[in-house]
Amino acid sequence: MLISVYRYDPDKDITPYMQDFDLEIPGGRDLMVLDVLELLKEQDPTVSYRRSCREGVCGSDGVNMNGKNGLACITPLSEVVKSDKLSIRPLPGLPVVRDLVVDMEQFYDQYKKIKPYLINDEPPPTQERLQSPEDREKLDGLYECILCACCTTACPSFWWNPDKFVGPAGLLQAYRFLIDSRDTATEERLAGLEDPFSVFRCRGIMNCVSVCPKGLNPTRAIGHIRNMLLKRAV
Amino acid sequence: MVTQVTSFTRNGVSDWLVQRITAVVVAIYSVVLVAYLLFQPAVTYQQWSDLFSQTWMQVFTLMTLLATCAHAWIGMWTVGTDYLRVHTVGESANALRFIFQLGCMLVFVVYLIWGIKILWGNG
Ligand code: SF4
Ligand code: SF4
Ligand code: FES
Repeated sequence: MLISVYRYDPDKDITPYMQDFDLEIPGGRDLMVLDVLELLKEQDPTVSYRRSCREGVCGSDGVNMNGKNGLACITPLSEVVKSDKLSIRPLPGLPVVRDLVVDMEQFYDQYKKIKPYLINDEPPPTQERLQSPEDREKLDGLYECILCACCTTACPSFWWNPDKFVGPAGLLQAYRFLIDSRDTATEERLAGLEDPFSVFRCRGIMNCVSVCPKGLNPTRAIGHIRNMLLKRAV
Repeated sequence: MVTQVTSFTRNGVSDWLVQRITAVVVAIYSVVLVAYLLFQPAVTYQQWSDLFSQTWMQVFTLMTLLATCAHAWIGMWTVGTDYLRVHTVGESANALRFIFQLGCMLVFVVYLIWGIKILWGNG
């Protein structure tokens, strides 16, 4: 199988390039793209990428496979390979550190901006802050995000304004804290999102939904935030 | 750096609302005009001129003109702040975006004054 990999070593290369490998894929089972990367590393130990859990939990191996973002460790070849060819590139839109490793700083900066922690100004109870099962259910489809950045780096609005548009991952988490019954900073959170960029740069393209390896729906969460902002304004 | 000082209201919520409301105004106006032309396929100059000399039509047209300008400003501002950035067009991005916004503004002002002159001119 022809594997084409994005290569860039800032110490040596002036520009990035695609390197082709001809790889013998062992039969018998459907390999994951991460397995292919491991096989490549045996051929050429300088091929760089991140990975840790190899089971879709840690979110470190987000890459672009034949044009679509996803986690290499849980993406089977049968799903992405077209006419016996696989191109692997780093997540688009972020600066490349080396090969498939990107600098996630801008992504985390946006995450920080939405204050991803519970804020509660009421005196803490002796044990813990309780939540009804119904209120807890509201967090389903939000808390599962593993911050892999597949969605945000597939979003054109984030490519154009990565310093101002929070992006789908950050906004999904913003909503997660906005609707948490234990959080009392709703007003403060909404005030921080009402400018023309943070939320309103979302154009509803839904690239984020189509790539999320966890099957989450940032576009829907963004719609909820927009409604909260509108309600607050009128 | 892209900033929001030139956005229509400097607030995402009101920009968003203004864009939706103005879209509705423009849509209703278009439907009314198209319907009028469908029912009066062979419209004469006199009929056309009478239509536009009625106060409601003048107010409606002016409203639509203003709505179009506001709508287009928000839209063009968004296009400019998406695509005319240092990232895409190089160091001159800020100057380019400023000229682009100035150009848009000029076009809208011309449309507005021209429209008012047509509406309240002497035919
Ligand atoms: S729906 Fe919004 S956040 Fe998701 S990819 Fe599109 S513009 Fe980005
Ligand atoms: S929403 Fe999905 S794609 Fe986006 S960071 Fe979270 S898990 Fe990854
Ligand atoms: S290696 Fe952890 S998500 Fe793929």
